[in-house]
Amino acid sequence: MNMAWLPLAALSVSLFAAIAIFSLPETARPARTVINLAAAACKVALVVLMVWRVSQGFEDTFSFQIIGGIDFVLRADALGVMFAGLSSILWLCTTVYAIGYLEGAANRKRFFGFFSLCVTSTLGIALAGNLFTFLIFYEMLTLSTYPLVAHAGTPKALAAGRVYLRYTLSAGVVLLLGVVLLYSLTGDQSFASEQGLDRYLSDHRGLLTFIFALLVGGLAVKAAIVPLHGWLPRAMVAPAPVSALLHAVAVVKAGAFGILRIIYDLYGIELSVELGVTTWLAAMAAFTILYGSLRAMAQAELKPRLAFSTISQVSYIVLGACVVGPFGTIGALAHLLHQGLMKVTLFFCAGSYAEELGIHRIDEMNGAGRRMPLTSIAFTLSALGMVGLPPTAGFITKWYLGIGAIEARMLWVVAVLVLSSVLNALYFLPIIYRLWFCQGPAHGVGEWPSEQRLGRFETHGWLLWPAVFTTTVGLLAGLLAGLPFSPLDWATRVAVGEYLP
Amino acid sequence: MIWRFGLFESTFAPLALTHWALLCALLLPLLAGLLAAFLPPRRGAPVLVVAALLLAAGAALTLDAYQTGLLRWQAEILGVTLSLRLNGLGALLLLVTQGVSAAAALYAPGYLRLIEAGPAGRWLWPLMGVTVSALSLLWLAADLLTLYFALEALGLSAVGMLLLSQKSEALEAGMRYLLLTLVGSLAYLMGVALIVGEWGELELSRLAVAVEPGTVAYVAAALLGAGLALKAALFPLHAWLGPVHENAWTPVSALHAALVLKASLYMLILLWSLLLPQTLWAPRLIAWLGGLAIVWGGLTAWRAQTLKSLVASSTVAQLGYLMVAFPLLLGPDIAPIPKALAWQGFWLQLIGHGLAKAAMFLAAGNLMLATGESSLKGLAGTSRHLPLSLLIFGLASITLMGLPPSAGFTAKWLLLHAMVLSNQWVGVASLLVGTLLTAAYIFRMFRYSFDERAPHHRYQPLARGMDAVALTLALAALALGLLAHFPLSLLHGGGA
Repeated sequence: MNMAWLPLAALSVSLFAAIAIFSLPETARPARTVINLAAAACKVALVVLMVWRVSQGFEDTFSFQIIGGIDFVLRADALGVMFAGLSSILWLCTTVYAIGYLEGAANRKRFFGFFSLCVTSTLGIALAGNLFTFLIFYEMLTLSTYPLVAHAGTPKALAAGRVYLRYTLSAGVVLLLGVVLLYSLTGDQSFASEQGLDRYLSDHRGLLTFIFALLVGGLAVKAAIVPLHGWLPRAMVAPAPVSALLHAVAVVKAGAFGILRIIYDLYGIELSVELGVTTWLAAMAAFTILYGSLRAMAQAELKPRLAFSTISQVSYIVLGACVVGPFGTIGALAHLLHQGLMKVTLFFCAGSYAEELGIHRIDEMNGAGRRMPLTSIAFTLSALGMVGLPPTAGFITKWYLGIGAIEARMLWVVAVLVLSSVLNALYFLPIIYRLWFCQGPAHGVGEWPSEQRLGRFETHGWLLWPAVFTTTVGLLAGLLAGLPFSPLDWATRVAVGEYLP
Repeated sequence: MIWRFGLFESTFAPLALTHWALLCALLLPLLAGLLAAFLPPRRGAPVLVVAALLLAAGAALTLDAYQTGLLRWQAEILGVTLSLRLNGLGALLLLVTQGVSAAAALYAPGYLRLIEAGPAGRWLWPLMGVTVSALSLLWLAADLLTLYFALEALGLSAVGMLLLSQKSEALEAGMRYLLLTLVGSLAYLMGVALIVGEWGELELSRLAVAVEPGTVAYVAAALLGAGLALKAALFPLHAWLGPVHENAWTPVSALHAALVLKASLYMLILLWSLLLPQTLWAPRLIAWLGGLAIVWGGLTAWRAQTLKSLVASSTVAQLGYLMVAFPLLLGPDIAPIPKALAWQGFWLQLIGHGLAKAAMFLAAGNLMLATGESSLKGLAGTSRHLPLSLLIFGLASITLMGLPPSAGFTAKWLLLHAMVLSNQWVGVASLLVGTLLTAAYIFRMFRYSFDERAPHHRYQPLARGMDAVALTLALAALALGLLAHFPLSLLHGGGA
């Protein structure tokens, strides 16, 4: 039985939330908060239902014809539902956090309206059933994130917005060209189709490779693969919840998720290997991993360090997709979820430090663990997860990536993984050391840059609890990785589906 | 190509109800306009009643045209056979004309009150009525004489509407426009004279049979083409357009950019497909000029200092999108699939641009009215104080940029697909460059509006419904992108 309304409803919830928010006046704060939270909770419920339906073997599909030969398709398949689950849960957390973070700030209506549109686009990307639908939501994401990046309205924020648009819109044009070329070659190709593009291989080998380069090149900008990453560190001027969303779910992940779709569901792994494109992509991803880590070490401020860390971490997903074999795939998919949980926590914490204590630079963080213990525990656990220490979630993905690399006889990938873990440790451990072991204002040495007492606890409750929640979920994802419906379990389900049709 | 314009004998006679709908569509705007000159509407409600009647007539005509494929009427007056015909394309254009002009008319009462137009305001109504009736006649006309009559009425009423704003710049721009439109009509008439002298036919479907390629056809096509290109402001004959749009009243600019320019373009493609069905170079030339128009229009819009000149320059660039599609519609050796795709893309782009450009003019007008500033710098701080007008501007610009989900995107997709299939890489490049240029000038405008360090303005409150009208148009342009299936099936000659 096909429940066509289900993917459509999951998509529309946040769209209607956006419309409702735009039609309320700026001053209607309580109503806006209720709409935001109700829509986010509703969306989580719908996505949970979708996950259950997929686990029962249904693929709910909604489609209609746009123009001759091209359909608008939303399909809840295992891979899509995985990304949808991540985005809906983190949307709920980020909404809670943003409500606390923007307390008393200007332009909240605009912020939350575009925030909801941004999540609508992300869910559309997750559920898109063909490349055309994917493209629609991918461009919508670009448009809906611009007002968030330029939110502050300062010259710096406006400049960041300009750079962001230059990168993403140019990439959108490249992607559009790739999609048009592909459609004129193959017609409408569903992601669910069992048949890859193998039948075009003998006649159109060069064209297929060129199209792959265009598609992945267009997606690589959002995935921030070096040298197309320039927009991301600049976009750090955005408010903390936006950075959290951009880095953990929306923009960066949309790029990585798109690359997964292209490799697994459009071209098929055999064809990608046959064309030789995976090797190139793996090399680029490996370079990005190391480059991002090295640049992160050089940053003196907290948010730019986290930004370069994102550049590095997201490329694990791409690298895993290029390591041929089920273990590499499992590693890539699990990392999509694990990195999201950990990175969102890190940004929540960075935002809380900045709001509560005015901390922006890393050398101001001395002894913050004593002043804000829960936030600092959350930060520490997530940072250790990023490094890949057992038994965190980050360890699991690195382990699977390593096994996958050995099975695929790509030993250099193992070397990259080890080296990158060392680099991760080198830029995260000093922060952790400062948090817990250095004497700071909490011990009577010096002063915080600008301290505010925002709430009863160490900071405003709306800022604290989302971070605690995501840390807990991240921790459980690592500890209980063997249980059904854990990220690892779901990733395994998807990978088995890809390799054992 | 000719059958796509509905130039053949129809199998079914129109229903009786359809006759009334036709009369209503042609005469109601005129009569309502005349009535409004004596009793100018102060609110939207009476306008809404007329607009609803008009749209009902349009819907009835569309439905009948969809079911029978083609509707035909013929009448003999003073020995000259005048004929009207309506196919899917005409019905679609008729509906868009009625929708956009209804929006402009609903916008007008509030606008006239806010700018304190005074007694000149009442003359807007009859002129607008003539414009709408002339446009409707133009989509229906099936012979050269009716086409000429409609075109002339359209040009003169457009000049009249422009002069209403009574600024000295408007007077100058209006006089130049009058002169150019008369020159354009003259060139058109000479072309018609050549055609009549050579083949003795005014009726388009009989002319299509009679025409033979040769010097006469080429010269006639060149004359008609030059005249119509001047009226349609096709690059490089666009210089008059900017001053006209900058100085006219907002609803007038909206109507002019969305519909009046498109009428000349429609006639150009219609007559050239009669006279030059197999020529290679004429459509190529238009396409090359279109590529330049995209770049030139984009660059001037990027450097624009005032909001209205930005919107006007963007029209030049958007017309370029239509021009680059010419070699896919006309000329030899085009495979049927790219031709069909380009045909759909062309009209979808024309309609989508019409809706979005009207929405954009109305939104820009709202911004200018509320801030009292016409420069882009004057927009600072509007994102906080006028979020809705700005959002409408943004929604309209999605269609102009051709980003999904919008009619502009779907149209661009169709055109790109057709160009890729027929290996027209220059066209592909100009469409893609156009996207980036459009984004550049649109977001330049948004950067001004996001500026938070602005001095605090006193904002004039807008009349009720002025934003709602613009929003409806902008949303229609977006919805047309995803729901393109029905309008495109009309283009294929309907269900028949």
